[in-house]
Parts: sequence; C-alpha cells; structure tokens
Amino acid sequence: MNKNILLCGVGGQGIVLTSKLIATASMAKNIPVMSAETIGMAQKGGSVFSYLRMGENIYSPMFSQGTADLIIGFEPAEAVRMLPYLKSDGTVILNSHPIMPVTAALSGGSYNGEEMIDYLKANVKDICIFDADKACKKIGSPKVLNMLMLGAAVTRGCLPFTMEEIKTAVINTVNPKFFDLNSAALDEAQGLIK
Amino acid sequence: MHTEFLMGNAAIAMGAVAAGLNLISGYPGTPSTEVLETVAKRRPEDVYVEWSVNEKAALELAAGGAYSGARTMVTMKQVGLNVASDPLMSLAYVGVKGGMVIMVADDPGPISSQTEQDTRHFAAFSKLPCFDPTSVQEAYNMIQDAFAYSEKYGTPVLFRPTTRVCHGYASIFVKDPEEYLKNTPEGFIKDSSKWVIFPRLSYNNHIKIEERNEGLREEFSSYPGNSITGNSHSKKGIATHGISYTYVMDALDKHTDVKILKVATPFPFPERLAVEFLAGLDEVLCIEELDPIIERELTYICGKYGLHVKIRGKLSHDVKPAGENTCGCVAENLHLFLGTEIPKGVTRDEPPALPVRPPVLCAGCPHRASFFAVKEAMKVKKTAFCGDIGCYTLGNAMPLDMVDTCLCMGAGVNITQGIGKIEPDTTCFAFVGDSTFFAAAITGVVNAVYNQADMTLIVLDNSTTAMTGHQPHPGTGRTMMGEIVEKIDIEAVLHGIGVKTVETVDPLDLKSSVDCVKRVSAQKGVKAIIFRSPCAVLIKSAMPVKIDDSKCVQCKKCIRTLGCPGIVLENGKVKIENSLCTGCKLCTQVCPTGAITGGEGNE
Ligand code: SF4
Ligand code: SF4
Repeated sequence: MNKNILLCGVGGQGIVLTSKLIATASMAKNIPVMSAETIGMAQKGGSVFSYLRMGENIYSPMFSQGTADLIIGFEPAEAVRMLPYLKSDGTVILNSHPIMPVTAALSGGSYNGEEMIDYLKANVKDICIFDADKACKKIGSPKVLNMLMLGAAVTRGCLPFTMEEIKTAVINTVNPKFFDLNSAALDEAQGLIK
Repeated sequence: MHTEFLMGNAAIAMGAVAAGLNLISGYPGTPSTEVLETVAKRRPEDVYVEWSVNEKAALELAAGGAYSGARTMVTMKQVGLNVASDPLMSLAYVGVKGGMVIMVADDPGPISSQTEQDTRHFAAFSKLPCFDPTSVQEAYNMIQDAFAYSEKYGTPVLFRPTTRVCHGYASIFVKDPEEYLKNTPEGFIKDSSKWVIFPRLSYNNHIKIEERNEGLREEFSSYPGNSITGNSHSKKGIATHGISYTYVMDALDKHTDVKILKVATPFPFPERLAVEFLAGLDEVLCIEELDPIIERELTYICGKYGLHVKIRGKLSHDVKPAGENTCGCVAENLHLFLGTEIPKGVTRDEPPALPVRPPVLCAGCPHRASFFAVKEAMKVKKTAFCGDIGCYTLGNAMPLDMVDTCLCMGAGVNITQGIGKIEPDTTCFAFVGDSTFFAAAITGVVNAVYNQADMTLIVLDNSTTAMTGHQPHPGTGRTMMGEIVEKIDIEAVLHGIGVKTVETVDPLDLKSSVDCVKRVSAQKGVKAIIFRSPCAVLIKSAMPVKIDDSKCVQCKKCIRTLGCPGIVLENGKVKIENSLCTGCKLCTQVCPTGAITGGEGNE
C-alpha cells in the first residue's frame, strides 16, 4: 500500500532525522521509499518540512495537496500551514507546544498556539494531540522530541511498522550512545497515546 | 548491487566513484555542495578531492586532470558556472583525454540563488553535451553514462540536475565496490597541437564539434534516458524533463491516453526521437522548469520537417514563465490541456493568520555584532554598505538594515568603488566574508588600491564557509584531503596588495569595534578592518546571559537594535531564550541599565 507522509515543524526539531528513520524502517521491509525536504537558507529558524513517500510505482518524492495520509506536526502553526496537503480522511499527529518565530519579539507579533490547535481540531477528524515538549522534559532531553513524535505515529497505527521495527531502525541510524534514551522516548510515547 | 537510501547529490557522487573517478574539485553552492562532500567522505583511497578557491579554478584543475587521462568531475551551482564560463568555453574547443563531467546544479524557484538561469543554455552555447536526470536513481545511472560519453568523444560534458533531484532522497540500486570501474590515468602527454588553443585549432575543432553534435542528435535519439511512452495513437503529447517528468507521471497516474516525450539530453537534442514523437500529434504541451528549451526545439523541428503540430508551453502562456514547478501546478496544466476535470480539493475553514519565519542571523552570530558596530560608528554619516554573498546577506533584515547592495560573489568591493567615484561625500564600505574574500574579492581590492578608491573593506572572518554548511577554505588551514596546512593570512594578503591600514578586531567587543570603525574609516584611501570571531554554530556556547528584572526598565533597546533570536518577549516582557542564547554578550554591551549579565563559562 502506498503512503504519503508529511513531517513539518521548525529548524532544529529533528525532522530530517525522523524522516530518515521512517525511510530506514521502510527499506528494511523492502518497501521503496523517497523523500524531499527543505535545505539551505530556509533552515535558519524557518519552517522545515519533509515529504516522504512509500510504496511501488511512485515517481516523484513530492506529492500534491490533498494527498497526504499522515501529517506529523512538530509545531501547531506549521501543521496548520501544511494542512492543505492532508487527505480528507488523513491523520494528524500533533505536538501542542508552539514555537514563536524568532522575529516575534521584534514585531511584537507572537501568535496564539491555542487558536491553531482549535482550528486543527475543527478541521481534522482524525487527530492526536499531545504535549511532546512536556514529555521531553520528563525524559530529561529536548533531543528526543522526534522519537516521541515517531513513537506516537507508530502507536496510533499510522505507519506500517511495529515499535520493534522502529527501534531496529534507530539502532542502525542513530549513534548507539543515545539508544537507551531514544528507546525510552519511544516507550513514553506509547504510554502517552495508548 | 545493493539498495541504499541516498540523497540525489550523494547518488551522483557514488555514481561518479563507480565510474572510476580519479579527481573531483568544486566550489560550495546550494544545491550542489553535497556531491563533493560525499566523495570526500566515501572516496576510495586514490581519489583526489578539493574545494578550490572558486569555480574557475576548480574547472581548470579538473581539466588538467582530464588532460592527464584522469576521470574528473567539477561541481558548482548554476551561478558558479558564470564564474567558470571562461575556461568552459575554451575547453569545449580543446577537449579532454580522460572523461570529464561538469556538474552544475540549477535552482528553479530560485530557492537559494540569485538567478533562475538555465544551464541547458550554457550547453548549447558552449556546444557541450548535457545530461538532465529526472530522479535520484536516474542521476546515479546517468552520471556513469556521462563519463562514458565524455571519454568516447574526448569532450567535457555537462551534467545538470535541479534542486529537487539534488536534494531528494530515494532508496536506489547501487553498485558494490567490486563492480566499480577502475581508471588508471596514462599521464599528461605533451602535444602543443592539441593542448594549446590557437585560432587555427579553434577553427578546425569548431568544424569537428559541429559534426560531432550532429551525430549526437542522432545517437541521443537511441539513448535510453530519452524516451517515448504512453499511447502512441494519441493526438495529444506531453514533452517534459527533469523532476517535472515525475510530476507528470504521478499526475497522469492511470490516465495514459497521451504520448509522453522525456528529454534527458537537451543538447544535442534527440531530433529523430522528437520527430517520431510528433508524428500523428495535433498538439503538444511542454512542461519545463526554467526556460522553454524543449518547447523551442520542438517548434524548430516542426518548422524544419513541415509538421503541423501546435507546440504549447511557456511561450504560449500555458505554463507559468518563472519559478519552480510543483506537483499541483503540473497537474493543473495537464488537466487544462487534456480537458479532464480537476479533482476537487478538500474544503476546510479559512486558517488563522500564520506566523512568518524569515531566515535570520543565528543567535550569537558574530556578523550581527560587526554590522551593529559599523552602524553605531556611522550613525550620522552618509554611507553606502555594499554587501556580498553569504550568511551575512541576512544583515539586510531589520533591525540591522546594513546591506544596501548585493549582486554576485565579490561584487560589493567594486560596487562601493563606483558609488564613491560618483558620490565622493559618501563613506563607502564593502562587507565580504572570509570565503568570498578568497573566492572573488582579492582582485577587487587590487583594483581599489590601483585606482585610488576611497573605501573601507570589512572582512567578516568567521573562519568557515557557513552559508553552505561549513566548508574549509584557504584561510582555515584544513583541506578536503584532511591535511592541516598553513593558513593564508588575510592581513598579509591585504598588506601585500598595498592596503596600508589593516586592523583586526573582535566584533563581540563592541566598544573597541566601534572605535576601530570610526578611526579606520576616517582615513583616506583603501583601508580594511577584519572582524574576526568564529561562526556561532561551530563553537561551544558559553552560559546564556541573564536579565535582572530589578534593573530592566523594559525599554526593549536590546530587541530593537540587535534582533537576536536569543532575546524574546514573554507577556510583553523581555526574556532570554536559554535554548538559543550562546552567551555572546553583545546584548550586555547594549543595555543602557546594565540589566543583562553573565555569558561566562561553558554551557
Ligand atoms: S535593553 Fe536592558 S533595560 Fe532595555 S529592555 Fe533590554 S534588558 Fe531591559
Ligand atoms: S548574549 Fe545576547 S546577543 Fe548574544 S546570543 Fe545571548 S541573547 Fe543574543
């Protein structure tokens, strides 16, 4: 079965690595996979997104609006920005913690995270919202945000992988020094979502 | 053969290695940079890798290697080829012995470039064969073909991917090391009738080149990268290339009632194949990025063969003239052309206003301090601040607003001289990064000294090429082969040229910096200040600074003057964002009440 996945958030949240982990897990099951992401100038505090496609007979690493099966939103406003990509019956996994743009202080233009979340709730039938930043604090490292998001997506059954398969991908991709921490974060996500 | 999940640029690199690459040179530039970096990381022992001082040097070096029978590759972004166009044009006449591929990445959008130029024009202009891959897998395969063609015809060839191919990832089939070709260079064999360009040689070779390219128009018609697919009885055809081909194929999905021409060699154009494609068609839609090159070729072929086929695309305003193609806009183009119904999108409520996240200089970036020091020192003066290409172009953003011009690599140092010649009462500055200084600004300084300009050169030396991901350069003392070498000293270079006043200062020491700018810029003639402080991303941060609420009067001067992402507003009050602040202490020197302190020790 083909799947279009969109990961979005801001620079520094570990989005690119997350998409790499999904790709690794996909390859381990012999599912062809492609991805495309923002690189370069756009990265400096800017919006970051990664398109990921799995399955046969796919040509482009990008996909059209209205065709994503899943959006993993690392930040509420970024999830709203990318929502046009979601299919009518697609799923959103959302970190509820907002990140103000670095220029907000200058322009006085900070935005309201609650407003974004309310909008998403009203416009997405299948949505799973949790405060992944709070969970990071509990685990004791801001670096595990991506594991929590990935763990949540797997627990919700949005990805064709088991938690074990994801952990194998983590072992093969990420510095083994951090495996215990990452594994704990994946388990934490499982507990949070159920 | 095995599968790997590779970035397009990594696939190009590994394809070149599999083709027996001996030498690779280049100059960093988005979206081309990762090709050379991947070779450096994964190269077999005997492959030579270097970041050259600029694209011209890189291309000439690769040519020298190929004269000696090596298989060589040179990498750059599209505007880099402008810099290397001088050797490119002549090398096209002289040719090579070993295979030589000139990898030039185009950037439709443009996403991170100054122009939307189309390197396929350079192929036609220089008369060099050009390959244009559609996907990561095809890029891997095609770069190997490019080497084979180059060696077969003794000519350099262009390889022109675009951003989405360069930076796309895919699980692809790659060769095992045992399957790699091995090329043992024969060495340089003297032959002045071959390697020395003279009018006579150019004339003779020009004739041969035209013959060769005519042959290639035929030969490329059978090249597997060029293809006709879909319904051969259809009256409608689509002609496309590069990443747009994949958008077309995805959009057509099961609707295969059209004929599709995929063009992988825009020059020499596969003429026989195109004629075959056009046979029986009423109209063709050309879906291209950048310029309408296939569209013009097909129009020409229709004229040449008297074919009555309507060719549509950018020139007929059916396809947008500028910017990057997307799956969405290509699908729309196709539906309009084929008369099929555009699928209804998902309807949702109007979203709330979204925050904009423009790129900004990082927290703790020394460039912010340098710009601020010059701004403070020049407060009441009439000035021109000529900027250049690099992270520091972002100094144009509010509140710094310190970049008045930016054109191309190394231009600022000359533009500022021109402004000064017309407006002698303006205090003229040129800002240039350390990597750009070596790549493109030294001759500009020579020009200024020789022609008696009155200007201050500001070298923003953060000891790296930060914009493209921190590549080493001549001033860093490291090479891509991993050697530690003597650093080329910017002060010594400037003194050598004849710049009498060259002062070096730490921009994070605000008072010394402001004094230095006042003192140096007041002098006549060409003088230079080197603001030296390492890129904030490369050094270990100090502890974040703290704001003493009892001293802070909420004047917000820190925010208004610096625009550092490390200082934020929370419920209307200034606050340090500890996760971003690097403890550079610039804001502590700006706060009028001394409310900000700290920034000592390591995080
Ligand atoms: S400049 Fe100093 S006093 Fe003014 S808002 Fe900033 S910290 Fe407070
Ligand atoms: S010390 Fe001040 S200027 Fe420097 S990074 Fe921290 S907040 Fe920004």
